[in-house]
Amino acid sequence: MKARNKFLLGGVLVLGTAGYLMASSIDETATYYLTPGELASKVSDNPRFVNTGVKVGARVVSGTIVRDPSGRSLTFKMTDGAKTYNVQYRGIAPDTFTDGVDVVVEGRLDANGTFQATTLLAKCASRYENAPEKYKDTPGYKPGTSATPRA
Amino acid sequence: MILVGELSLWVALLMAAWTTTVSFSGGLQGRPDLVKSGERALYATFGFTLLASIGLWTALFLHDFSIKFVASYTSSNLPKIYTFTAFWAGQSGSMLFWALILTTYSAIAVFTNRKSNRAMMPYVTGTLGIICLFFLMTMCFGANPYERLDWIPPEGRGMNPQLQNPGMAIHPPMLYLGLVGTAIPFAFAIGALVTRKLDTQWLGAVRRWALLSWFFLTIGIILGMWWAYVELGWAGYWAWDAVENSSFLPWLTITAFLHSIMIQEKRGMLRKWNVTLVAMSFLLTILGTFITRSGIIESVHAFAQSPVGDWFLWFLIVAAVSTAYLVSTRLNDLQANAELESMVSREAAFLYNNLVLVGICFATLWGVLFPILSEWVKGDKITVGPPFFNAVNGPLGLLLLALTGIGPLIAWRRASTSNLKRQFTWPVIAGVATFAVLFAMGMRQMYALVSYLLAGFVFGTIIQEFVKGIGARRRMYGEGLFGASMRLIGRNRRRYGGYIVHFGVAILFCAFAGLMFKKDLTATLKAGESVKAKDAYGSEWVFTSQGISSFEQLNRRVVAASFNVTRDGQSMGILSSEKRQHVNAAGEPTFEPSTEVGILESPKQDVYLVFTGAVDRETAAIHINFNPLVWWVWFGGIIMAFGGLIVMWPQAVRAEREGGYVAELPSESAMTLVGAGA
Repeated sequence: MKARNKFLLGGVLVLGTAGYLMASSIDETATYYLTPGELASKVSDNPRFVNTGVKVGARVVSGTIVRDPSGRSLTFKMTDGAKTYNVQYRGIAPDTFTDGVDVVVEGRLDANGTFQATTLLAKCASRYENAPEKYKDTPGYKPGTSATPRA
Repeated sequence: MILVGELSLWVALLMAAWTTTVSFSGGLQGRPDLVKSGERALYATFGFTLLASIGLWTALFLHDFSIKFVASYTSSNLPKIYTFTAFWAGQSGSMLFWALILTTYSAIAVFTNRKSNRAMMPYVTGTLGIICLFFLMTMCFGANPYERLDWIPPEGRGMNPQLQNPGMAIHPPMLYLGLVGTAIPFAFAIGALVTRKLDTQWLGAVRRWALLSWFFLTIGIILGMWWAYVELGWAGYWAWDAVENSSFLPWLTITAFLHSIMIQEKRGMLRKWNVTLVAMSFLLTILGTFITRSGIIESVHAFAQSPVGDWFLWFLIVAAVSTAYLVSTRLNDLQANAELESMVSREAAFLYNNLVLVGICFATLWGVLFPILSEWVKGDKITVGPPFFNAVNGPLGLLLLALTGIGPLIAWRRASTSNLKRQFTWPVIAGVATFAVLFAMGMRQMYALVSYLLAGFVFGTIIQEFVKGIGARRRMYGEGLFGASMRLIGRNRRRYGGYIVHFGVAILFCAFAGLMFKKDLTATLKAGESVKAKDAYGSEWVFTSQGISSFEQLNRRVVAASFNVTRDGQSMGILSSEKRQHVNAAGEPTFEPSTEVGILESPKQDVYLVFTGAVDRETAAIHINFNPLVWWVWFGGIIMAFGGLIVMWPQAVRAEREGGYVAELPSESAMTLVGAGA
């Protein structure tokens, strides 16, 4: 066999393995990324959807955060304007987690319709600019709040 | 000065437009006067962008809160250093910073190459002009740093406390210096494609810039990891977040290019591939910027939701299409003048290295874009997490590590059995010995064991190369050990600098594998109470609470929890973690409280303590992590950067330059000179 062909064969082998790893691990780690409104409609279409682990991107409703003093669990409400969920999170919240920020929570709905979150990400510091249009109707949203000084 | 700066931005825009127009038409019509004018206009673009930047810095230091940017990211009590770095704390400022670096680079690249690659230069200048024009347009019409508020607030919002960290002050500039650096090789590639001068000549200029870009990107990425580690309190340094990935992608393609360029120099192969890699590095930079600025991908980083994202998308499409067109119409000029002769050769090892690097790049890109792709195909946004990236990039990374050892040792063209035996016996023994020792000590995690086996092998190859080279010099010139080492590296900077980089890479892999032995626990302690824990090495640690204290410091109020730490009964000192509430000049709180973690650092492991909350006035809730070998990530990063510096350092004797770029160097002669053991 010519060296070139041998190389190509090896290349196919490497890329094939990589492709296989990609395909197999995507199934294991893929998670739906939904807004609360989308989650609600998924659940009403198919009640068994509650068993699916999902990521939800939403905004924290101001004034609803109740923190455990140890800093290890907390509850809050999140919304996208269309639907609001209660969230219970066990774990340490990042410093950026506060009233009105955008969060991404991962977990699932329990029987009471509370979202049990196992991870909580709050959008962090690297850029602060205007909030997206879709959050315009969110309670507590003020246009341009992040761009104008608080004082 | 502020007004001057604002106006300069517009003048720079006009200058960039002029650069583009006259350079291209000058090149096409072969009119040196136009070419000269384009060149000067590019220098002017740089000058005015510099003025615009000085203007913004002036506004920041004069606390001119009528400017939205100044009011949004600074306050009058912000420390001076952070007032300076606020320049790139927000969207529009960072765009200006980007433009400043781009125009500086462009001016230097054009100035240093104006005489050497004459036919190509008008197009290089023109391409750089277009890129400058794009950034300046985006600023003038999309995100102007000089945008005014319709009222003047008495005080600015201040800088996010998490950005008030020395790492965060240097990380963005390093990253930008690296990312923007990809524009210069790209411009040269376009110039070479347009003029069909696709031999090795254009590579000479490009290699230096690619190296510079690689150097800054490496530092930038490592600093970003360090910042995330010490500042964000999650005890990790890499999360495969979209923002991290978008700086990692071009790093991979530049690294691939720096390797494949050697094959083109030595053997005239891989011409198409090299042009593609150069173009891809730049396109991935723009794609990354698009991803991070458009908010299209979900990330922990709060992205700017602004029209700027769309600008980048259009620019990306235009750049990609025109590059693809140029490459496809010039395939004949890109023909290789040699073929791969054997699978057991350095060429093959380098080709696999490229394949793996690009494979990692592709897999990472796939993971980043998966939410968008799945939304197109299935209508649902589906994300993939770190397990995906680890599952794919882990094995590929180990393969890369193996190639790091194999590549430099194997002969060009076709390696003989004796060559293989001579070169690989000791390194393989080193690798297997590492494995055996760790196994005997009780390590059973296969992933970690394989990592250390390969790392041991790579260390073996590098040490062997140095020993052989130094030994040969000592025998031939009778030099001392120190002198021989210094001269060995000094006379062959590319080769031995490269080995040092590889050394750093192997150290990084060792450090990554260390995370498999991470341990953590949580505790709630009253003053005087203590908690015990065992680390991965089997030592017993005791943390005794010293209680909680409150005090004021600079622009913040601090609540600190301190702990007396002992390991196996020996005192390790005091570890404190703080909750900080930053305040403005009037003493009112700004932003949310931030956490300052306590880290007890050592090469063996970091003890990483997070004060998660005060249950009452004397009871602290904490999270303790034992992170093995994290110290080696920073150390490996420094070694890599240091190796890069050696490779980049200009040779004292410019023989290379005078004879034009040494293209098809007879490989064997160079090998025997330095290899010497051969």
